[in-house]
Amino acid sequence: MNRFGLTIAVPRGALLRETLDLLDLLEVDTAEVRANDRKLLFDDAGIVTMRPSDVPTYVEAGAADIGITGKDVLMEQSERSVFELLDLGFGTCTMVLASVDEEPDPAAEALRRLGVVRVATKYPRIAADFFERSGRQAEIVEVKGSVELAPLTGLVEAIVDLTATGTTLRENRLVVREEIAVATARLIANPVAHKLKAEAIDEVLERLRER
Amino acid sequence: MIHPIPSGTRDVLPDEMRELRAITETLRGVFERHGYGEVYTPAIEYESVLHRAPGSSVSPAYRVFDDHGDVLALRSDMTVPIARLVATRYPTADPPLRLCYIAHAYRAVRPHRGQMREFLQAGIELIGAPGPSGTAEALTVLCGALDAVGLSGYRVGLGDAALYPNLMAAFDVPEEARARMLEELGRKDLVGLEREVRELRLPDDAAELLVRVPQLRGGADVLGAEEGPVAAAVGNLRDVLDLLAPNVAERVIFDLGLARGLGYYSGAVFDVYDPALGAPLGGGGRYDDLLGRFGRDLPAVGFAIGVDRLHAALSGEEHAGL
Repeated sequence: MNRFGLTIAVPRGALLRETLDLLDLLEVDTAEVRANDRKLLFDDAGIVTMRPSDVPTYVEAGAADIGITGKDVLMEQSERSVFELLDLGFGTCTMVLASVDEEPDPAAEALRRLGVVRVATKYPRIAADFFERSGRQAEIVEVKGSVELAPLTGLVEAIVDLTATGTTLRENRLVVREEIAVATARLIANPVAHKLKAEAIDEVLERLRER
Repeated sequence: MIHPIPSGTRDVLPDEMRELRAITETLRGVFERHGYGEVYTPAIEYESVLHRAPGSSVSPAYRVFDDHGDVLALRSDMTVPIARLVATRYPTADPPLRLCYIAHAYRAVRPHRGQMREFLQAGIELIGAPGPSGTAEALTVLCGALDAVGLSGYRVGLGDAALYPNLMAAFDVPEEARARMLEELGRKDLVGLEREVRELRLPDDAAELLVRVPQLRGGADVLGAEEGPVAAAVGNLRDVLDLLAPNVAERVIFDLGLARGLGYYSGAVFDVYDPALGAPLGGGGRYDDLLGRFGRDLPAVGFAIGVDRLHAALSGEEHAGL
């Protein structure tokens, strides 16, 4: 276990490296995690690794005391009972509405002619909220893999997806039409741990704020 | 043959039932010893009656039309039905009234989240006893009940539902921003709360208090330094603490950011935490305005313990060797 006595849920994938750098600052030993990308549970460091979208699940249930994940994940799972404590400022991505790069915009055209647009996404809740808030009707199609494929094959007229540099969108002849939200990495805590391990969690917060 | 039951409901088989029954019998015994008489109310009530309670999150999730076209609803807690019962059955009885219950309530669930649609609650309502003495009595019964079933590691987080609204009022936060800030607080989104506060462009010390107060939690020392707009609520909490016997007081941690989801809480609120469980296993608070909505204007306080959660916490403690 680490010096804080906290089990920490660490996201594998795009946020992993900066998360581990952050834990180094906190003097949590991340050497074993860096050396081993198959192992999931690191008892000595008090670290469990998982997909970013699973972090709120483990933290809400108390299987981890604190965790790091993207704001996009937290927005999509907004009903999770976890404390969102700190914007860590890294892993910046933008949630966008994109469609095929042609004129007129196929999404706008669908809304004009049919009054409804078909939208593929891995984030059905965020997409549905976005269209509802802006008073437009959308049929949300949830996909698990490469969202960019959906408008190219005629499955949908638009996509809602997360983009960091826009390269994947450009390579697939897609163009950003609207920005929905900016997402960064967040520190979250289990609601019971937040009360019963208050000192340890506040020390982590303090040190991360001062960095 | 396999026959399904709705998600969020479950069958209880004899081994578990014996354990659950042992817990509820113990809880009932403690409630009775403190002078709380058990009541049972119908699981279905007129929706129009339940809706007299303020606060959207208490609104029932399951409704049916009866043969007259009236809307019936499954209760989502026992507090509102008991407020109805007191106003109707005891319109003139001298307060305080002490009532307890062990009954099921029903709430909507999201699929695949392990949430229960039907759950068993054990709790009390103390009606006509104003705070802080009424609050202290409720906390005493709560800790007595948890001690009696053998839960060892629990803490009771104590806060005040009026604290943050008063703080916002003291700094003249605009009405529409207050609603958004309470929503962020209710969602436990302290990043969002801080963003809202920054957008208000208040003087530094005001902004600092609005951001920091919800994060204050711990022993009596967190109450120490607070002056000005939060002094009244903090004074109330301190008064409650002063009335508690040492064995109850040592269970209490202060939690100035505690925001229970239900809309009818008016003063002291509390949640029960146990290290063996990832979610609060129960909680309660003061609802001094609720009974008035039913025509019997009395201050009141109560709590509910989730029996299944208490059972899980006991098993968890046993497993951890506590």
